[in-house]
Amino acid sequence: MLKVKVWSPLRERILEISGEDLLSCYQCGRCSASCPFAPYMDLIPNMVMRSIQLGIEDVLKANSPWFCATCLTCKVRCPRGIKIPEVMEALREIRLREKYDYLNPLTIDQELLTECPPMGIVSGFNKYSK
Amino acid sequence: MRYSYYPGCTLYNKAKDFDDSARRSCQALGIELVELPHWYCCGAIYPQSQDHKIPLIAPFRVLAKAKNEGLDLVTLCSFCYHVLKRVNYAVNNDKEKLDLLNDFLNENYRGDQKVLHLLEVLRDDVGFDRLAQYQKKDLSKLKVAPYYGCYLLRPQREIGLDDQENPMILNHFLSSLGIEVIDSPHKVECCGSYLVLVNRDATLAAVRRIIEGVKRLGAEAIATSCPLCHYNLDKFQAELKKEGLEPIPVFYFTQLLALFLGLERISFTTNKVPVEPYLREKIGDGYSG
Repeated sequence: MLKVKVWSPLRERILEISGEDLLSCYQCGRCSASCPFAPYMDLIPNMVMRSIQLGIEDVLKANSPWFCATCLTCKVRCPRGIKIPEVMEALREIRLREKYDYLNPLTIDQELLTECPPMGIVSGFNKYSK
Repeated sequence: MRYSYYPGCTLYNKAKDFDDSARRSCQALGIELVELPHWYCCGAIYPQSQDHKIPLIAPFRVLAKAKNEGLDLVTLCSFCYHVLKRVNYAVNNDKEKLDLLNDFLNENYRGDQKVLHLLEVLRDDVGFDRLAQYQKKDLSKLKVAPYYGCYLLRPQREIGLDDQENPMILNHFLSSLGIEVIDSPHKVECCGSYLVLVNRDATLAAVRRIIEGVKRLGAEAIATSCPLCHYNLDKFQAELKKEGLEPIPVFYFTQLLALFLGLERISFTTNKVPVEPYLREKIGDGYSG
């Protein structure tokens, strides 16, 4: 059997930020089945894992990590113990550390901004802007 | 029973109904909550990235200061509870992290401040079975679905409050108030959380699934411990009403406790779905809002 080891700078970077190498993912799809926001994602969570395993850099363009609400359902259900929310965070962090802002505060609906609990605003900005 | 109390950012403004009903209920039950003299925002969300230590500083400092008070620390907000417990877990399992944070903050914290959710205090220190002796109002006509959300439970290994897939603490609490509990598989599903800031449709869909689900099982109201869940579940029902789904009131569990204890003028200032008609109908003249 031919074995090919994919060396990927993207995967190394994700390992560095998240502490997760995700090579043990065997594509059961339980994360995607559990994810409440999978229907909104370009790549559903197990596809994100597979793309990173293969070193496909285009995964950085997917909207998937921005739809992750860090609800941790995938993480607690993963039979391989993969820290999927940490990987999603790493994908966000790679972009945010390049000075990219997913959310511009000026575009938030004024009504929402005045009535949303501060915990929502603080956690949202933690995820969407740096 | 005496505890330190950490309200966190939201209980001082958007969830003051939660704070108020909890403080007053505790007083009636003989639980003394001593607010921490100096507290700071916990950062609201636990950092998922491993190489990013700055978000740990604020919650670590809260814990270090709380330790000086010498009492167990009680929180109400699910996010605060989650963050403080996970920071404790992290520093207890990573000596390097503990030393780094202590050095940076010039503290000498050992990761040993006990953090409790009010539900735990009611279960373990007061005892759910002992609540009946404080009963002033009959809540047996209320049909309430307990809703836990995410951060009160997950990950169980670090939080340890209850089973992360089928928690029962809030169910048992509501039962002990004589309320008819409507259990549902939606009790641990995410409400959309901070996605509300960026995607209305996704949040609405999550709320729709929860509200539709619990209503189908016969729930006439929801009880939660998370101000952000409370906001999402309450706010988006106006949209659902346009789709023909009659709104149901959303309560903090402490508001139901306050009702049970017969406290007067319980505030429901942030509720968009009106609660008073429902309470008047189910509790009758006994309700003094």
